Amino acid sequence: MTNFSTEPYVVNIGPQHPSTHGVFRMKVTLDGERITDAEMVVGYLHRSMEKLAEERTYTQNIPFTDRADYLSSMSNNLAYCLTAEKLAGIAVPERGEHIRVIMAELQRLANHCMAVGTFINDAGAWQTPLMWLFAEREKILDLFEMTCGARLTLNYMRIGGVSFDLPDEFVPACRRFIDQFPGRLDEVEQMLLENEILLARSKGIGVIPTVAAINASLTGPMLRASGVAWDIRKADPYSIYDRFAFRVPVGENGDSYDRFLVRLAEMRESVKIVDQALRALPGGPHKVDVPLSIRPPVGEAYARVEAPKGELGFYLVSDGGTSPWRFHMRPPSLINLSLLREMVIGLTIADAIVSFGSVDIVIGELDR
Amino acid sequence: MNVLANWWDLRSLANPVNGLLGWLRDKGWDEIAYIVSGSIGAAAIGLFLGVAMLALIWVERRVIARIQIRRGPNRVGPQGLLQPVADAIKLMQKESLTPRLGDKWVFWLAPLLLFIPTVLTLGVVPFGDGMTVADLNVGVLFIIAVGSVMPLVVFMAGWSSNNKYSLLGAMRTIAMVLSYELPAVISLLSVVVLTGSMQLGEIINFQKDHNTWNVFLLPLPFAIYLIASLAEIGRSPYDIAEAESEIVAGYHTEYSGMKFGLFYAVELANALIIGGLFAVFFFGGWWTYYLDVIIPSWVLFFVKMLLGYWLFVWARGTVPRLRIDQSLKFSWQFLVPMGLLNVVLVAFEVALWYQLDAPGIILAPFAVINWLLTAGLIVGYVRLLKLEHTQTPRRLTLTEDVGIVTHVPAPSAAGYSAAGGSPA
Amino acid sequence: MTAWLTGTAVAERIRERFPEAVVTANDVWVEVAAEQVAEVAAFLRDDPALAFEMATDVTAVDWEEYFEVVYHLQSITRNQFITLKVRPQDYADPVVPTLTGVWWGAHLQECEVYDLMGIRFAGHPNLRRLFLWEGFSGFPLRKSFLQIGQGRFRPGLPHFPKEGGDRGVISGPRWTEQEAGWRPGPTPGVRPHDDRRRYGHQQMGAVTPDSGQN
Repeated sequence: MTNFSTEPYVVNIGPQHPSTHGVFRMKVTLDGERITDAEMVVGYLHRSMEKLAEERTYTQNIPFTDRADYLSSMSNNLAYCLTAEKLAGIAVPERGEHIRVIMAELQRLANHCMAVGTFINDAGAWQTPLMWLFAEREKILDLFEMTCGARLTLNYMRIGGVSFDLPDEFVPACRRFIDQFPGRLDEVEQMLLENEILLARSKGIGVIPTVAAINASLTGPMLRASGVAWDIRKADPYSIYDRFAFRVPVGENGDSYDRFLVRLAEMRESVKIVDQALRALPGGPHKVDVPLSIRPPVGEAYARVEAPKGELGFYLVSDGGTSPWRFHMRPPSLINLSLLREMVIGLTIADAIVSFGSVDIVIGELDR
Repeated sequence: MNVLANWWDLRSLANPVNGLLGWLRDKGWDEIAYIVSGSIGAAAIGLFLGVAMLALIWVERRVIARIQIRRGPNRVGPQGLLQPVADAIKLMQKESLTPRLGDKWVFWLAPLLLFIPTVLTLGVVPFGDGMTVADLNVGVLFIIAVGSVMPLVVFMAGWSSNNKYSLLGAMRTIAMVLSYELPAVISLLSVVVLTGSMQLGEIINFQKDHNTWNVFLLPLPFAIYLIASLAEIGRSPYDIAEAESEIVAGYHTEYSGMKFGLFYAVELANALIIGGLFAVFFFGGWWTYYLDVIIPSWVLFFVKMLLGYWLFVWARGTVPRLRIDQSLKFSWQFLVPMGLLNVVLVAFEVALWYQLDAPGIILAPFAVINWLLTAGLIVGYVRLLKLEHTQTPRRLTLTEDVGIVTHVPAPSAAGYSAAGGSPA
Repeated sequence: MTAWLTGTAVAERIRERFPEAVVTANDVWVEVAAEQVAEVAAFLRDDPALAFEMATDVTAVDWEEYFEVVYHLQSITRNQFITLKVRPQDYADPVVPTLTGVWWGAHLQECEVYDLMGIRFAGHPNLRRLFLWEGFSGFPLRKSFLQIGQGRFRPGLPHFPKEGGDRGVISGPRWTEQEAGWRPGPTPGVRPHDDRRRYGHQQMGAVTPDSGQN
């Protein structure tokens, strides 16, 4: 009975796994069910977007941003267009700004519906919250379809505005949606917020301390759940966000449950912003006439937005030509995983999946 | 069970069979009657299983779809009723893969063996008045004994698949079944002590004779058995062994085609059987307060069975999944001691009842006492172990000001240092 | 509202502590000597007036004669922002010290920069290729890789580097045979009839090298 030897039990979670939300691979070493070591392997969806963008014009690059985080392509479009406008010094008309804000916030709702739903799915609920929220997301996608014809990869925003003006039926439809949406959120909260099992599964799981969260460049709901009141819409208002009244939810424990709560609370705030923007929606042009091929002056620009997943930044370097010399994207999905290893070590597989699910990543953006 | 009942009296499907058997016995062919009764029982169970599984898939998918604001299968046949048939045909056509480095024999054997406990359990279930294939006088023991084969078969499947997820799932199954068999047995012990019989027919007769359902007398065993049986058959929130989001499909990750279909079917059938056992142990089986005079007893039983099944489906559509250590802790810390206390309580009551030689009406005060004691026990035990509200949800603070670090943990509380971390 | 600090202002502050460190500074960025970047970064993080707690974004730019590693730094508590640049010495083998010890958030991004731009970060705890596989030849974001760039398109590598065998996918949107000086030929180790089996008899003439049509 003395010659027992143990070897590390290495399990590949992914690249094909129900809970990695795409082709993400987490190589974990197990001791029983407990994770003693973890390594993330990414790149299965790498398309070298940054290289491709270097030989296309500034306008041609907008569709690339759709394909990065395909669950929130409006936010990506917005971030890219803001950067290009900053680089070229283009101002957007009022109506365009309002439409952008409406769209970006609707996109945040859609993304958080997905994020919360899949998170609960990872916690083991058999699809029900996901389906409930999916139904809401469908309505948002219908609104998008009404506006620009696409549902997922929208390619809606342009440098200097948006591609199409809102159709007449959009405003009443959107108002109908935001009127009923908080009620649906109430239903979801009723089911989940005080669910004993969900509390047991996510409270105190995947805790990220405040200092570590800041130091590891976490942004978005991850950072806010860790107790940092940081929202770029407030801290560095882009577009016309300084005109709207909304509040920033801040967590305390930095665990998976707080991230879930932050997303739910953010959805309610987003509804308020959409409501205000719809009320304030002015007439006038929705975009300025920008030539399809612009030549920004030599220089560089970094602009960022508060995308649903975190700070989404674009870094564009121009050498005066028609296409960017350097096109860089700051992907919140990737950088929010900076502490993945620290988060999951010591947890069981089940908890690791829950805390991983609470990060809310999209592989398209992670790998680009 | 009147052998001479008219065969056309379909309130009990046993009547025509008994008519046939009686005719055979009259002829003096006792052996043939024995064989015929066995064959009819086996055929009935096989038919029942086949039809029930197809129906249950449809029920489960439709109910879950309703919960999830979807429509569910609605294209194949009327209301999608033929969808399970189409699924079965598809599963049969699919290639049945075997892992190259797996243990082929065990891999093949596992899904077949898994069926045996299911079918055997059905043999003692009284589907109606006199409609039991074999009303064993140790029926409860038989069910428990046969049911404990299941983890072995599941472990065979998990081990032979040569897949790490499968092995993890199999290990989880063993731990789960070991932990939850005990509270299930203990709760059934209460039933047996109260009714004084292990025979399922007798348990129903006890409830019929005393005009009560056991659930009124034994609320705590009912709750314990509900939880424990959910865990044993691995339905949500205890679908830990095949947790889709964690270990893909647990022990049947590697199975495809009809072998996977068998696992799926057994899972459904087990849920249905547990629903039936619920009806027998706690809801009077086929007997329902004189309703069985008007309505055929087997219809009543099926209704109760399906209600139990529907409860499981409902749970599946509603709750998230527990973690394995949490569920084991719950069993050992809560269910087992509660069940044991309840056995003592029931034994004391039964002894008192026999000692006083009291009429059956004494069960009424017992019921009241049991409900009060159950509430008291649960509250007291939770207080004792300080389990109450360890997890309270808290609303978030909403702030207008940004750039503020609202929560700075003490340096020791930080799990990893500010600049810390390790290569990921 | 975030204060987008000017490089010159931050440069002043750095010079008080490290007189030699700042190379250049303008309104947008401040460039720091590569040797001292780790100390400067720690200073930027810990100085109460600057307090850049977060390395929001780490990237690099290939200027064809030199590389630039760009750090976008964000202060949460003071709500200010600055762009920090470092220029590695050698273009052929660019190395800069890692800032992982200062900002842990840099570690994945530095891996990415190494993976795609080929700049090594000395002292990085786990510098590896993040997206591409180990053994991938070249660093795709360098301008010399598939030499494409605005206005002066030069097809560099005629085919995409591929594991095993060099018959890869022809890439580049305006690629022509004449420019590349490369012709599709038979893959070493693959006999013509293998192609025939693969592509079918009808397309034989278009595929095999000996048909005289390519």
